[in-house]
Amino acid sequence: MIPSEEEFDKALCIRHGPEVHGKVKNATVGIAGLGGLGSNIAAMLTRAGVSHLVIADFDRVDISNINRQNYYLRQIGSVKVEATEELLKAINPYMTIDGHDVRLTPSNIPEIFKGCDIVCEAFDVASEKAMLINTILEKCPGTKIVSGSGLAGYGRSNEIKTKKLLEDLYMCGDDTDMKGVKGGLMSPRVNVCAGHVANMVISLLMKEEP
Amino acid sequence: MKINGKEIELILPMTLGDLVAGSGYCEDRVAVELNGRIVPRSEYANVSLDNGDSVEIVGFVGGG
Repeated sequence: MIPSEEEFDKALCIRHGPEVHGKVKNATVGIAGLGGLGSNIAAMLTRAGVSHLVIADFDRVDISNINRQNYYLRQIGSVKVEATEELLKAINPYMTIDGHDVRLTPSNIPEIFKGCDIVCEAFDVASEKAMLINTILEKCPGTKIVSGSGLAGYGRSNEIKTKKLLEDLYMCGDDTDMKGVKGGLMSPRVNVCAGHVANMVISLLMKEEP
Repeated sequence: MKINGKEIELILPMTLGDLVAGSGYCEDRVAVELNGRIVPRSEYANVSLDNGDSVEIVGFVGGG
């Protein structure tokens, strides 16, 4: 039986304490890209109690995603935004999700993420990461960005770090390009990095630096 | 001037675009702050550097 909104809220409030719960619950967080990083960040933030998410991706779930992305076989072929929404609502049916099944460009990014306190950059391609980050830093002043960059392979968990690199830019990863890294992209290390990103988001919501 | 926190003496004149390329970065994979302010990528070639400047260059890698 699914708990009522009050029961759900109370359970999180008891777990996290009223101060943390209030700040986390009332924040709006954007996630750009719903691949290995973004789909897992979305699930972690939802479990942590973030109740307003803006999510964007243009892709559909593919069999090659299942090794690391937070989707299930029955969702192959589904629009990623819709598949993510379905899973998040199974964790918290009372949250609001603003989903955008579009390719993000410099012209639509400011409009899509304008209400966000923080945006998580979870793209795959380096030049697209730079495009998103530059657009938000230029066009959405005051919005903080937490980016995942460098998470391929296995092992070397402790090489993944969170750093503040610019006034409004935090980066999580090992700074190493996936090309040539043995193992490609694998769930455990992708999730180590996704955990860094989600953890930095919670810290920023609590006004704490890395 | 300071580049990513390190003191470096530049041979002037030099633009921000020259510095980014000369430091081994690919212009379409970076974000750059000059004296604490983000610089639009279209401006890199027009911004002349001075030895009192502080530049932060962030490079991005693929995978996500």
